[in-house]
Amino acid sequence: MSARRETALWVAQRATAVVLALCVVVHLATIIYAVRGGLSAGEILARTRGSLAWGTFYSVFVIAAAVHGAIGLRTIAAEWLGFRGEAAEFAMTVIALALTIVGLRGVVAVVGA
Amino acid sequence: MKGNWAPADTGATTLRVVVWRGDENGRFEEFEVPRQPSQTVLDVVTYIQRSLDPTLSYRFACRVGMCGSCAMTVNGTPRWTCRTHVDKVASGARLEIAPLANMPVVKDLVADMGEFFDKWARARGHFKPSATRNDAFATVDPASSERREADAGIECIGCGVCYAACDVVAWNRDYLGPAALNRAWTLVNDARDAGQAGRLAAVAGDAGCHSCHTLMSCTEHCPTKLSPTRSIAGLKRATWRLALVPEDGE
Repeated sequence: MSARRETALWVAQRATAVVLALCVVVHLATIIYAVRGGLSAGEILARTRGSLAWGTFYSVFVIAAAVHGAIGLRTIAAEWLGFRGEAAEFAMTVIALALTIVGLRGVVAVVGA
Repeated sequence: MKGNWAPADTGATTLRVVVWRGDENGRFEEFEVPRQPSQTVLDVVTYIQRSLDPTLSYRFACRVGMCGSCAMTVNGTPRWTCRTHVDKVASGARLEIAPLANMPVVKDLVADMGEFFDKWARARGHFKPSATRNDAFATVDPASSERREADAGIECIGCGVCYAACDVVAWNRDYLGPAALNRAWTLVNDARDAGQAGRLAAVAGDAGCHSCHTLMSCTEHCPTKLSPTRSIAGLKRATWRLALVPEDGE
């Protein structure tokens, strides 16, 4: 594994960590705000449906989580399970793509009309 | 140091010492060693070798914490044995002494430090001059941030305690380890050195600084109170631009 690629993955994980820190704060604050008067699917959908802002926010959140999580799992697999090399790289990519697809599908479900 | 002295902690006049014998497939062997005032762990090992079993192998040279030869695992913790008093580490009147972890065992308390030092070379831990003897002396301001960074890491005695304490070394055999990376960081901050590009590439990546999880075992155990963790963090800052530039094979 090249030093340049490893460094790029490291930078990507740190950069997505910064994004996630902001996203999680906004997400938690929204949860606390949203449940003041009880929680209902209708209330959530009223806020998110057709909202470009929430759609963008959660898309960024999903992509950052997918990138961050996949790189982290790759490291854990290498260090704790000894799972390295091309198969591990492939698994990381599959996990990142799967998290992205599942996450964006969720975003579409709450934002789409 | 003879006199009317009794050990302060337990009142015991002897110490039960279990010592690793043989290679990696060896076993612990028990010895009884008289307690002495201001006795160090190295004194204990030396007593065993000189008075109880001359076949015991171990390494030491200076006995005053300068050479980095005598590090061993004492009651599960890597330490420099010449500066470790028995009073401080003996739980009850028992001591367990083993070779350093994360290195192959040669025999008894002697660990093979070959790979440990090979990794210093792999991290480009050698000075590459940028001037000749005909040039004037380089002027390095002692107050400059580079000089202060180098100063903070320069007193490494190469004992291998940090390397033995590092979990990442245990998980990833290619990881260069705290001492080699600390050495590289002191050179990254050396204004006279001409090997920077190759060095930064050598210390980046999976075997290098980016594998460090900042667990700080190295810093916790370093007998000379250095902070390899801090040095490695410096390397992370110095190398992140590598991610942006095209590969040049260096």
